[in-house]
Amino acid sequence: MNSSRLLAIDSATEYCSVAYTDGQQLITRGQEAPRKHADLILPYVQDVLAEAKITLADLDAIVVGRGPGSFTGVRIAAGIAQGLAFSQDIPLIGVSSLEAMAQQALRLHGAKAVVAAIDARMGEVYFGTCLAEHGLMVMQGKEIVCAPDTVKALAAEYEWFTVGTGFVTYPEVLAARFGTEARVTPTDIRFPHAEDMLPIATQRLINGKAVAAEDFDVHYVRNEVTWQKLPGRS
Amino acid sequence: MRVLGIETSCDETGIAIYDTEQGLLSHALYSQVKLHADYGGVVPELASRDHVRKTLPLIRKALADANLTAEDIDGVAYTAGPGLIGALLVGATIGRSLAFGWNVPAVGVHHMEGHLLAPMLEDNKPEFPFIALLVSGGHTQLVQVDGIGEYSLLGESVDDAAGEAFDKTAKLLGLDYPGGPRLAAMADSGVADRFLFPRPMTDKPGLNFSFSGLKTAAAQAIAKNGKDAQTQADIARAFQDAVVDTLIIKCQRALQQTGLNRLVVAGGVSANVRLRAMLEETMKKRGGEVFYPRSEFCTDNGAMIAFAGAQRLAAKQTAELSVKVRPRWPLTELAPL
Repeated sequence: MNSSRLLAIDSATEYCSVAYTDGQQLITRGQEAPRKHADLILPYVQDVLAEAKITLADLDAIVVGRGPGSFTGVRIAAGIAQGLAFSQDIPLIGVSSLEAMAQQALRLHGAKAVVAAIDARMGEVYFGTCLAEHGLMVMQGKEIVCAPDTVKALAAEYEWFTVGTGFVTYPEVLAARFGTEARVTPTDIRFPHAEDMLPIATQRLINGKAVAAEDFDVHYVRNEVTWQKLPGRS
Repeated sequence: MRVLGIETSCDETGIAIYDTEQGLLSHALYSQVKLHADYGGVVPELASRDHVRKTLPLIRKALADANLTAEDIDGVAYTAGPGLIGALLVGATIGRSLAFGWNVPAVGVHHMEGHLLAPMLEDNKPEFPFIALLVSGGHTQLVQVDGIGEYSLLGESVDDAAGEAFDKTAKLLGLDYPGGPRLAAMADSGVADRFLFPRPMTDKPGLNFSFSGLKTAAAQAIAKNGKDAQTQADIARAFQDAVVDTLIIKCQRALQQTGLNRLVVAGGVSANVRLRAMLEETMKKRGGEVFYPRSEFCTDNGAMIAFAGAQRLAAKQTAELSVKVRPRWPLTELAPL
């Protein structure tokens, strides 16, 4: 069976990236460019397609960073991915920002266990742990948003690689929660990259997890924000 | 040329398809009014989240209603500003990438230009030049329009927009957000002239507006006179009369000053029945004519964006591949066709 042709887009964090694979070649673009994501993504897409010598019509699906991360950032990638997928009548596959960073730790460091935390502002982190299964990172339980001093201790049986800006903002607080038994190896990985969404998405496409463009859901994870209802409304 | 229009600048998702030969082919709208009512105003983050859910399904519906497929679309227009940045980005990213995917040109449309040109979707279209009164929850502006993109700002509100004043005063009267239309309904049973509110900034020359003082006048009247239903209706009446009178005085001044005799009224407040009746009467007396969009196109909608976008696209004005939105964007910065 021929490999799928997938185009991945992510702008959930300060880093924005686009990646393409057909199972053989891998073409990527990306840079850390807060507030410039909307400017950069479509030119990147055009660039990547040109280098691959294909058009959008050749794609089997669009892959998109579904969050968590910056609300606006996630929506920029989601809007562009939805428009591209709808225009070609091809499905969308969402991949978590936390899983993508874990996959990056596997790619760069051979990590088997990853603890991921993104600074979510307001004194909280987006948090999750991933374990490698057959070369793909799999989220253990649900990704959550919480105060860094409330995360659970890590299982002592694994060597845990840390990824994400949560470890830049709260290194000591998080380390203290992981427990004295935990074996923790820091990495320089701060942001997800579209490249690492491709292997996860390839498997999801095979497993029938792709959705129609209009059925795609952003995973904000933080759903209770600072807005307040009028008195007496529930 | 058939253009898909996408409007997501605030709390309405509006999608439409306009054909430069055949006119409006379809339009679909989803209003988030209920979503925001519990908060007493538009919550930008909730608005953005809802636009993501609604935009593509409405595009599908607009295509189906017009009996068209993607291949029939020659261009995509989306509101690029002014408005809520997060909300604008939803329509702009989807619209720009759809156009890229369909290999057709795209254009970012100025929301107020959309409103201003909306009467051109009707059978009775105004000819250029004309004076436009743009009255909505976000804007109160008098603009001289010499052609598409040829706008001179004659005056605007120095504080609250007229629609904003309506909604805030409605809140004082205990009406749910957005209370403007409810206040207008209440005013129908009010007695004229029991309360007399000022006509702000009409006693000196100029075409600017100020509506925040009217809200204060209403608050004082409410505090002094109790809250029985008739008193409330009388206050609503006094408030509406003051706003309508003020708008009309300034419109007359603008027409006088420019020597024009065609008036276009657009934006949410242009659906106000009392304002329309008074404007008809005024323009009849002057031997001029007033034009408005049909009621459903007074408030935000995709049709006006598809129409304005079609004019720009026909003149080969297109957006680059980078997605640009401008939360603040003066109408006078627009290029002529």
